[in-house]
Amino acid sequence: MTLREGSRLSISSDVPIWRDERVLRGAAQLISAMLMIGALIWLVTNFIQAAEQRGLPLSYDFLSQESGFPIGESVIEYDPSRPFLYAFLVGLLNTLKVSLLGIILATVLGTGIALARMSSNWLLSRLALAYIEFFRNTPLLVLLFIWYFAVFNRFPRVRDSIALPGPIYLNQRGLFIPWPKYTTEGLVFLAAILLGIITATVAWIVLRRIRERTGRQTYFPLVSLFLLLLFPALAWNSQGGQTITWDIPLLEGFNFKGGTTLTPEFAALLVGLVTYTAAFIAEVVRSGIQAVDRGQREAASAIGLSNAQVLSLVVIPQAMRVMIPPMISQFLNLTKNSSLALAIGYPDLFAVGRIMINQAGRAVPVFSMVMLTYLAISLFTSLVLNLYNRKIQYET
Amino acid sequence: MGATTIEQPIAPPQRPGAVEWLHKNLFNRWYNTILTIVTVVALFLILRAALEWIFVSADWRPITRSPLLYLVGQYPRSELWRVGVSLWMVSLLFGLSWGVWRGLFRAFALALAVVLSAGVFLPPPEGSPALLFRLSWLLNPLLVFVGFFVANRLRLTGRHILIGWVTSSLLIPILLRGIDGSSFLPGVTTSLWGGLLVTLILAIGGLLLAFPIGILLALGRRSSLSVVHYTSTITIEVVRGVPLITILFLTSIIVALFLPPELRIDRLIRAMAGMTIFAAAYMAENIRGGLQAIPPGQVEAAKSIGLNRFQTTFLIELPQALRAVIPSMVGQFISLFKDTTLAVIVGITELLAIGRAIIQSDSEFIQLQAEVFVFIAVVFWVLSSVMSYSSRRLEERLGVGET
Repeated sequence: MTLREGSRLSISSDVPIWRDERVLRGAAQLISAMLMIGALIWLVTNFIQAAEQRGLPLSYDFLSQESGFPIGESVIEYDPSRPFLYAFLVGLLNTLKVSLLGIILATVLGTGIALARMSSNWLLSRLALAYIEFFRNTPLLVLLFIWYFAVFNRFPRVRDSIALPGPIYLNQRGLFIPWPKYTTEGLVFLAAILLGIITATVAWIVLRRIRERTGRQTYFPLVSLFLLLLFPALAWNSQGGQTITWDIPLLEGFNFKGGTTLTPEFAALLVGLVTYTAAFIAEVVRSGIQAVDRGQREAASAIGLSNAQVLSLVVIPQAMRVMIPPMISQFLNLTKNSSLALAIGYPDLFAVGRIMINQAGRAVPVFSMVMLTYLAISLFTSLVLNLYNRKIQYET
Repeated sequence: MGATTIEQPIAPPQRPGAVEWLHKNLFNRWYNTILTIVTVVALFLILRAALEWIFVSADWRPITRSPLLYLVGQYPRSELWRVGVSLWMVSLLFGLSWGVWRGLFRAFALALAVVLSAGVFLPPPEGSPALLFRLSWLLNPLLVFVGFFVANRLRLTGRHILIGWVTSSLLIPILLRGIDGSSFLPGVTTSLWGGLLVTLILAIGGLLLAFPIGILLALGRRSSLSVVHYTSTITIEVVRGVPLITILFLTSIIVALFLPPELRIDRLIRAMAGMTIFAAAYMAENIRGGLQAIPPGQVEAAKSIGLNRFQTTFLIELPQALRAVIPSMVGQFISLFKDTTLAVIVGITELLAIGRAIIQSDSEFIQLQAEVFVFIAVVFWVLSSVMSYSSRRLEERLGVGET
């Protein structure tokens, strides 16, 4: 079926200019652009005018001034004589700290709950279901209030601390846990562990690739395991059995000394975020694993793979493809939800931003910084994970 | 071939007996047996501690003293009938919708009837006739069924119901707010509203207002006009990239700094604006997903019968896309409902804020924070669970996930 060239031409030349698709589109582009730019100019000028009238300066020059307010806890050293920008950084680091730890712990807990949910044990599976249903249907802020006001604030006084194996001590002032001491032996040992992990990974990848290419048995799991243990063992031997020394919390006078302390605010926020997000992650993991076709498993067993191989070579790689995108959004949710820290007094980005607004009287500059920072974290995380996601998806 | 085999009729599989079931589901392997025992012991210890706390050591006075505070906050007790009438309207509309849309609304209507009947157990406010108070709650389930039968009898259509929903969503705020200076409907400022009433208003109002904005953003993101496309995309991504609390803070506090003093917007409306923007961005992505799922043949067919762009979008694409995303809308409503608690941070007296106010109202209650917050958690949990259960029924009905 061919269309005569002449007929097409005659049709298009019959169309009047006000009905020509290309002209209409161009006009619409132009009009929408003008409207948008006009609205933007109107908003911005109004905004600047109002800011001047109210005496709300829009400049960022205050950032180098002394902040003058204390912050409850900080990853880096901080005192009120530091500038505002530094205080902002403290808030950002606190947000990153709780988010990063939260993401790791929530993934571990969530995977555990997903496995329990899929267990053939009826009771365990129902229990996991109850967990998921409870946390998915309760607001996070209420849960945080329960964790903070009803649990972590209700712990006994320092004298009557609850002692857990570890030793970990729980009391009103927080969670006291052992922490590695900064010693040369410890550093050497740590370096040896790291070296072991790196060489083991390299050996795993290289030997596995050789095996895939040539089909020769290279015993890569055994070699990797050997390397993984070799370096720490060498370090242990050369230092005469000295490894990492732990700094153990001890009650001295009215408080615990040594180890490291998690403040009640941090602990409540972390526990709240982890237990809440784990319920969502559990559902992501479960649906990911269930999305793998049954036939895949059966086929894998049929060609003689062991159970572990079926999981690690067939099921998990395919489940990952389904799991990664919703997992990204759960990680981002956790990071964004960490802004609820304000309600229980943990000095995160948003909470510090709020103090800065009061302290410096610059609502708009501070607030724009807070929002842009959150946006940057979100975009950066999703960018990195999307790149990873693209790598593991089917090549089309 | 040797001996002929006689076909044995195979008995249908029987339901496993209790012992067999236990063996199969709890004790089939040695590790499962250990797991079961450990779980049972843990469960027993947890349940015993929980029951002991609920029935023995917990002190529920902060809740039992004035449960109405959790429902409506400081709403004048003499004007409570307005809240009651609003509920009746909602019940009737749910019933009517059930009658017209059947399975789509059945689970929600029945759930509403059950939840509202539970109001019978509330103690009536002082100075009001107890019987009337209790009966007014029981009128709700009745209205649901009346609505169902009326819709059937009068053969109402979706258009009638939509008109009903739109008019009542305009009427209810007026009814609750009243008119300043009038004697029949004296004005009740929103600062007196509180509790679950405000929580629901924020969630429902936010969702209803977000709906048209979300549709526009979704269409905008798919637009071929680059300015519209980029504006919509940036709006959606920025709102989704920041925490809800920053948006609430922006609309409640920052924007208010710049409005002229004579233009004071009500606090509740400012918070609702924040919820709306937030919900709209997420909804836009849902709707966009629905739009993308429409087979291209639909659009081509629409074009070939001579529909223009506008008609194709609003008569062919959107109705199908919206139908496909109904379940995820319900999911979004549930999370919006939970997210309303964040309004406490910008000073709205929703349910959680009422809880905190009650704790601070009495020095004895300072020690009873656990009771109050657990109660609020349970309220949210019950309502959200009812909604998500109903939405699962809806999904079954719509056959989502089936091909």
